[in-house]
Amino acid sequence: MQDHSVEMRGIVKKFGSVTASDQVDFSANAGEVHALLGENGAGKSTVMSMLSGVYRADEGEILIHGQTARIRSPKDAALLGVGMVFQNFRLVQSLTAAENIVLGEKSSFWRGSKWIKHKHEEIEALGERFGLKFPVDRPIWQLSVGEQQRVEIVKTLYRGADIIILDEPTSVLTPGEAEQLFETLRVMKQAGKTVIMTTHKMKEVMASSDRISVMRKGKMIATLATADTDELELARLMVGREVTISRQEREVTQGEPLLIVNRLDVSADHGRKALDNLSLKVCEGEIVGVAGVAGNGQKELAEVLTGLRTWKNGEIIFDGSKVTTASVRGAIDSGISHVPENRMKSGLAGRLGSVDNLLFKSYRSEEHSKFGFLKAAKNRLWSQELVQRFNVKTPELDTPVQQLSGGNQQKLLFAREVSHKPKLMVAVHPTQGLDVGATAGVHELLMELRSSGSGVLLISEDLDELLQLSDRILVIYNGTIIGESDHEHADREQIGLMMAGIRHREGSAV
Amino acid sequence: MSPKNGSNSAAVVLEPAPAKTGKRFSLRLEYDSSRTRSPWWSPILSVILALLLCAIFIAANGMSPVTVYEKMFKGAFGTSYGFTETMVKAIPLLLCGLGIAVAYRISVWNIGAEGQLTVGAMAATAVTIYFPDLPSFWSITLMLLFGTAAGALWGLMTAIPRTHFGVNELITSLMLNYVALLALDYVVFGPWKDPKGFNFPGSPMFTAAQSLPVLGTTRLHIGLIFGLVAVVIYYLMVKFTRWGYELRLIGANPTAARYAGIHIKRHIIIVMLISGGLAGIAGMAEVSGVTHKLMQGISPGYGYTAIIVAWLAKLNPLGLIITSVLFGGLIVGGYSVQTIGLPSSISEMLQGSILFFLIAGDMIHRFRIRRSA
Repeated sequence: MQDHSVEMRGIVKKFGSVTASDQVDFSANAGEVHALLGENGAGKSTVMSMLSGVYRADEGEILIHGQTARIRSPKDAALLGVGMVFQNFRLVQSLTAAENIVLGEKSSFWRGSKWIKHKHEEIEALGERFGLKFPVDRPIWQLSVGEQQRVEIVKTLYRGADIIILDEPTSVLTPGEAEQLFETLRVMKQAGKTVIMTTHKMKEVMASSDRISVMRKGKMIATLATADTDELELARLMVGREVTISRQEREVTQGEPLLIVNRLDVSADHGRKALDNLSLKVCEGEIVGVAGVAGNGQKELAEVLTGLRTWKNGEIIFDGSKVTTASVRGAIDSGISHVPENRMKSGLAGRLGSVDNLLFKSYRSEEHSKFGFLKAAKNRLWSQELVQRFNVKTPELDTPVQQLSGGNQQKLLFAREVSHKPKLMVAVHPTQGLDVGATAGVHELLMELRSSGSGVLLISEDLDELLQLSDRILVIYNGTIIGESDHEHADREQIGLMMAGIRHREGSAV
Repeated sequence: MSPKNGSNSAAVVLEPAPAKTGKRFSLRLEYDSSRTRSPWWSPILSVILALLLCAIFIAANGMSPVTVYEKMFKGAFGTSYGFTETMVKAIPLLLCGLGIAVAYRISVWNIGAEGQLTVGAMAATAVTIYFPDLPSFWSITLMLLFGTAAGALWGLMTAIPRTHFGVNELITSLMLNYVALLALDYVVFGPWKDPKGFNFPGSPMFTAAQSLPVLGTTRLHIGLIFGLVAVVIYYLMVKFTRWGYELRLIGANPTAARYAGIHIKRHIIIVMLISGGLAGIAGMAEVSGVTHKLMQGISPGYGYTAIIVAWLAKLNPLGLIITSVLFGGLIVGGYSVQTIGLPSSISEMLQGSILFFLIAGDMIHRFRIRRSA
């Protein structure tokens, strides 16, 4: 076809040893809404970031309206009419919506009240045309998230974009707002714009797009017309068919129930409901996997269990006693360890050495300090021993941990979390960004914890990992557990469907 | 999604535009946000660069920079009088600088040492006014206690809005400086004015019992011991206690500290109490040890200079001793060049340039020059 408004050919992008985009071909046409579907980490955002000039491709070429384009920066992309609405908005909180939109415009030096009034009208008219309503004269911080997104969209339109990329646009919206957004997309399409939307929500894709491209693990799997496909097929494409999972051999070690969560309601940071009537159970000597697409409450679940977040309704019973208040120290002292999502952000202090990083959770104990004084020499020996036992490769004990490799950082983190013999470990994406060897090491550690009688709640987006390790897999969707399957009967496709919010179907796997 | 790469480097890549011929520059600047620690020699280099920069201005004034610097150095360190004067100036710088260093360690940007010092001096003076006849020991002890408490309270007034309402401490601590200075004006012009002072603003002279002991015939007072003791205690606390460990964690990664169960708000309050308290001691030592009465301009900006002192020492308590003496010397040296016709503001110019180069150095350090593939 000649009328591709966007064409990407053989795009390769590597981050270190990880290939985020592997020979990706992609094209979109004017007057269509094109959905780019894939799990988190499939490479959707990376590909779109290259189109909008945030990243540069290592290989491959990009054609805009049939012409080879050299997109070296977001500015280049803007000149070519490519605008991107990012997942986390790029807005100045203290400026009004209109001021944000005209920001960076060089056309006029003098900006009197008349000019601003004129711009307000212009922006309002533009918004109205595409069904995007928001108060133009109010500062951004007073607007709802949905309104902020509309400001972002109008900003790209105002700057003359005719290729508009929306990165996970519905992840922050309420269902009603999402509905409105799709209406806007239709109007944009009719106006001859090219709309590209990355998402992992199948229902929305079916409802709003004309064509769908599916990515998986950095590769482009297929491009289909929405009319010719259905959710089942998309789910299959998204999670893949390969049944490579070599389930870790195990004996039954299950013991008493360790953690019982009953009908828990939790709010996210902005008052949105994050966990909704969620119940689950973890027993001693059991690995319970929580599968789900990012942003369905996993983060909040981990935070509640580790004492970082309070809950509104429901109860948590741990080790036979009811947990009354959210307290990090309380959680640590009762034997809950935590491998957080982003190890360098919240798990380790990069500037400090191994000793300080290992002491994080135990420095208050008798063993490591007395009368408020740290037992420096003893702690050093203890750290030395842990570093050796967990085979952490570090030049010196005092080398800042940010200089270690990702695998060694994670080993250090595990050393700390395992060293005080936890009863329960809450591990969130424990192998994210690790290579094959390091991943295997982490899996081994989790299995060891299991066989020593500890419970593990493994929150991961990597379905393979969950299938390999878990005794039971729970699927979280919209803050609630919508399905469960045990180790024996775990079915990749079924779980993939549930992750997309589609409940059991008659006749499919049990 | 881009995988998070371990060293979180290469956040920004500044690359020169390719030349028209298609040839590319082989060098590029790369920003590496993980390089937060500049090398140990960066403060020394900053001082040297500042001296060079100011030399240009001195030369433009028609004087030889070498002569001026020599004069300054001799004035500050060359004579025993000069040296003790330098030490006298170093005392408040050391105490305030230490307080600032404690707060900056966990990124609490207290710039209110000036105000905290002022209220410390006022509270100490209050003791002399309301309990004029106490014996020496009780008088000094009470003045010290009141001075510390007042400074700490002034620090608390910055800490509480920060922890409970998210108010930026830079603004509150700076504004409270003006409140403190105006309150000082009020008491020295009003209620505490010396009735026998010929209507000059200022409190009555302190008695011998209300003054800190001095060394021989010099003006060097025992406040130096306060400062040194505080440095040692602080050093030991940070290095060997759980509290110090918690500060280190918060300083290095507040999110991780929260995940380790550390109450950051509590620490902000503690740190501001200490920070203000130390500045309060400095204020007490100034009135009781140097001026022997409360008056306007009790501090020629010690609280602000101490920020540079702390920064130059890289918040290291032992380094603080060196930098506070250096800056004490700068102030005294500035006075001594007045005799050859240069304004003493030359020392402020030097102070400013040192800070400028220091901060610029921290920034530049984060960029690396890389050869493109």
